Amino acid sequence: MTRDFSSLHHQSLTQLRAALDTKKISALELAEYFLVRAETNTDLNAFLHIDRDLTLAEARAADAQIASGNITALTGIPIAHKDIFVTQQWRTTAGSRMLENYVSPFDATVVEKLKTAGMVCLGKLNCDEFAMGSSNENSAFGAVKNPWDRSRIPGGSSGGSAAAVAAGLAPAATGTDTGGSLRQPAAMCGITAIKPTYGTVSRYGMVAFASSLDQGGPMAKSAEDCALLLDAMIGFDAKDSTSVATLDKYKTPISARLLTAFALTSRADASVSRPLAGVRIGVPQEFFGEGLSSEIAQAVDAALAEFEKLGAVRVEISLPRTSLSIPVYYVIAPAEASSNLSRFDGVRYGHRAAEYKNLADMIGKSRAEGLGAEVKRRILVGAYVLSHGYYDAYYLQAQKVRRLISQDFQEAFKKCDFIMGPVAPTTAWKMGEKSNDPVAMYLEDIYTLGVSLAGLPGMSVPCGFGHNGMPIGLQIMGNYFEEARMLAAAHQYQLATDWHTRSPEAFQ
Amino acid sequence: MSATPIGWEVVIGLETHTQLSCASKIFSGSPTTFGAAPNTQASVVDLALPGTLPVLNRDAVEKAIMFGLAVGGTIAPYSVFARKNYFYPDLPKGYQISQFEWPVVVGGKVAIVLDGVEKTVQLTRAHLEEDAGKSLHEGLETMGVSGIDLNRAGTPLLEIVTEPDMRSAAEAVAYAKALHGLVTWLGICDGNMQEGSFRCDANVSVRPTGQKEYGTRCEIKNVNSFRFLERAIEYEIRRQIELIEDGGRVVQETRLYDADRDETRSMRSKEDAMDYRYFPDPDLLPLVIDAAWIERVKSAMPELPAVMSKRFISEHHLSSYDAHLLTASKATSTYFINMVATGVSAKTVTKWINGEIANFLNREGIAIDDPQMPSKHLMMRLMASEARGEITFASARNLFRSWCEQLDQQLIKLGEAIGQEIEQSQWQRYLDEKGLRSVSDISTIEKIVDEVLAANPKSVEEFKSGKEKAFQSLVGQVMKASKGKANPAQANEILKKKLST
Repeated sequence: MTRDFSSLHHQSLTQLRAALDTKKISALELAEYFLVRAETNTDLNAFLHIDRDLTLAEARAADAQIASGNITALTGIPIAHKDIFVTQQWRTTAGSRMLENYVSPFDATVVEKLKTAGMVCLGKLNCDEFAMGSSNENSAFGAVKNPWDRSRIPGGSSGGSAAAVAAGLAPAATGTDTGGSLRQPAAMCGITAIKPTYGTVSRYGMVAFASSLDQGGPMAKSAEDCALLLDAMIGFDAKDSTSVATLDKYKTPISARLLTAFALTSRADASVSRPLAGVRIGVPQEFFGEGLSSEIAQAVDAALAEFEKLGAVRVEISLPRTSLSIPVYYVIAPAEASSNLSRFDGVRYGHRAAEYKNLADMIGKSRAEGLGAEVKRRILVGAYVLSHGYYDAYYLQAQKVRRLISQDFQEAFKKCDFIMGPVAPTTAWKMGEKSNDPVAMYLEDIYTLGVSLAGLPGMSVPCGFGHNGMPIGLQIMGNYFEEARMLAAAHQYQLATDWHTRSPEAFQ
Repeated sequence: MSATPIGWEVVIGLETHTQLSCASKIFSGSPTTFGAAPNTQASVVDLALPGTLPVLNRDAVEKAIMFGLAVGGTIAPYSVFARKNYFYPDLPKGYQISQFEWPVVVGGKVAIVLDGVEKTVQLTRAHLEEDAGKSLHEGLETMGVSGIDLNRAGTPLLEIVTEPDMRSAAEAVAYAKALHGLVTWLGICDGNMQEGSFRCDANVSVRPTGQKEYGTRCEIKNVNSFRFLERAIEYEIRRQIELIEDGGRVVQETRLYDADRDETRSMRSKEDAMDYRYFPDPDLLPLVIDAAWIERVKSAMPELPAVMSKRFISEHHLSSYDAHLLTASKATSTYFINMVATGVSAKTVTKWINGEIANFLNREGIAIDDPQMPSKHLMMRLMASEARGEITFASARNLFRSWCEQLDQQLIKLGEAIGQEIEQSQWQRYLDEKGLRSVSDISTIEKIVDEVLAANPKSVEEFKSGKEKAFQSLVGQVMKASKGKANPAQANEILKKKLST
């Protein structure tokens, strides 16, 4: 018996849940459906590792759970993981030749938590090498193409994740964000993603890029889907010293508060038509200056107008050190990376050069062969800023400015509940367009770096399209541990708009 | 031991890596047992597999706090773990996690006693860090490979750094011994130097007497015993002085001590020194220690040697020198306390521990709780009998020596007596059988004295002409004639009486 499951990839996680619960479809069929889509759309290069047997085994286990009635909101729903999360069963390359054949003996905490929640792993997703990049052109296993226009980049570094969700190859994906790697590809591929407060999602099992900035998060089609995923991903992890103890704020699932997060504030003029009545949205003037494309400015402005219709009010704010976030980030992140990537020496695992003269030569050659150009560039920059005589001028100075950037946000949050603005200054660019100009690429991160440096939560919500037909994302930034209210606000926006429901023509 | 040549002053500072006796590693849950098969005690964290993260071992912190309190240092309310970056195959992460700018203990001091003179060595700091693994070459040469054993990687260390306060190799050794006594006393380190639990690096420089500036220093590594520490420093002092006297200059460098050749050899110069690119480890939060935590650790601490030493002086009327020796190690003080508790006078026990027993232990290079020591029960009987005058000190000493050399077949035959409680009656029988009971029967001693006086008319003459020394010689003769069994006090008295008549 064949059943027609077409358009399952347009359905929300809640809809898939209902289909599973009402036995319209089994977890096995659902997994098979997405596996086929992934296998037939390999030209996007979104997936790095697919293993049907492993996926189908997990799906059967999920079906057994469903049959037993012992389920979560996510049991039986497929997800694919950015290849920066280590997995026991699928290889983990971090997009690097260095780890081409690496198999981890343990699952990342995030992978484990989602598996425990009953999710079925579809495989591993392409990304920039060690999550270093804004275009996904830095993967050792080839660039990822944007499903909206295959000649364009999907954004990075979670480009494979964004492309897979946008193309409907997976209903959801994990990603990581160090300086914008969840938000920027989400914006460029027209999907929703949230980088939660630093410390809420365990970093254990994430191949480290910059430890003080790295943060995992979900990527999906809507804020509602992201809330369901985030609920399953967050939580204290004793294996990560920077993990925050579970707060009262997270005791009630975020997904259960999407409609109540604002009602709790019991504003006098709150009503069904104005669910965000009184919510103050800070608009930083620095996010709308030179460099921002006018079509993005217009799309973001339209989104803000939509929020006003929902009852929110605009507040002019300033984040005066926004432009400094680029040099600060490109000192701190490479510094940490230069140290984090030292373990890839060809001694215990990973690529080892075939020929070498001595020990130093072995380590040197293994790294020279195993690591890509952008990774090497950042290691060199990082080693330089940490070196004797330069540490104070670069690393220490950057840390001081980092603190000031955090303070700027706290000043701003005295005047508003959220900060909103663009995610990136432009829509997805053509492949190769900025490959030879790393600085131009770094400048693309200007709006996302501040939140990363401050450890704040930030998300990207689809809010329009450019003249080239490429998606535009609205960035919503909240104060620490404000994920529930951010997702609730985004949810209200998505109830009122349909940008997030659009999908690329070629993947209908 | 060679003295420093006249005209030169030696300046020594020590850096000691003490392995903290924690059940698990400093940043992972792996066990720290010594001697396990290679790589059987290395977890994914110790192997630095991708995605792994360090989590600080609370016990290691508490041991550092304990040390800080014991040396009177400041427990930093806020200290920071940094990464020391360098590539080496037995350093899995490519960096060592160590405290750099902000150590957990600042300052403090350790008292040493050398030739009866007390001196204080100031500590600069003590900081927590992880040990590296080991590269193995032996037995693998034919295969053309080297092995890496990561069992030791991540073992908790407390590195204790002194100011350049020591002025001779002997002082450096005295400090090392005092520190060793302290950390084992506290139970924070097992002190096993062979297994590398207590490793000293010495910074040595020389300067002409009177010069204010320090000379260029060399760091000596790979010293795994107190004896080697002394010899390595002695060698290095000679080397540096000879070098300068020959018109050369000391180059700042790290030198390895080669015990077989008894010399230090250059390992790397300052020019080769790596830039470790230290920076705070973003995987670990700053270590925050509040007053309450310090209080909790304090309340669980054993009585410190200095405090115990003062207590011994007031409770048992011991000299400060004796009390210092008795509290040189936990084992010694425990031995003293247990022995006194059996009823033997503190004075007798002190005499034995700091005398005969110390001689034996020093000769053998062992501690008082070593199984080579005669059992506590035997020692208790021995000291008690000696104190009561049942046997003379000379007999007791001979008996002790025979036990130590395990020459006493009769005792071994007693078998069950070794290491077990010994009945008083059993002990008395033993003394009888050995014929060791002291002679305090006056007529017997008088008889011996008469014989000795008759056989030594010259000494008698000398004594009578005022030579006190002759009396001692006569006492010696009496003791010898009694095979050491004559009660010395009685012998003295009878001899005096007979000579004055």
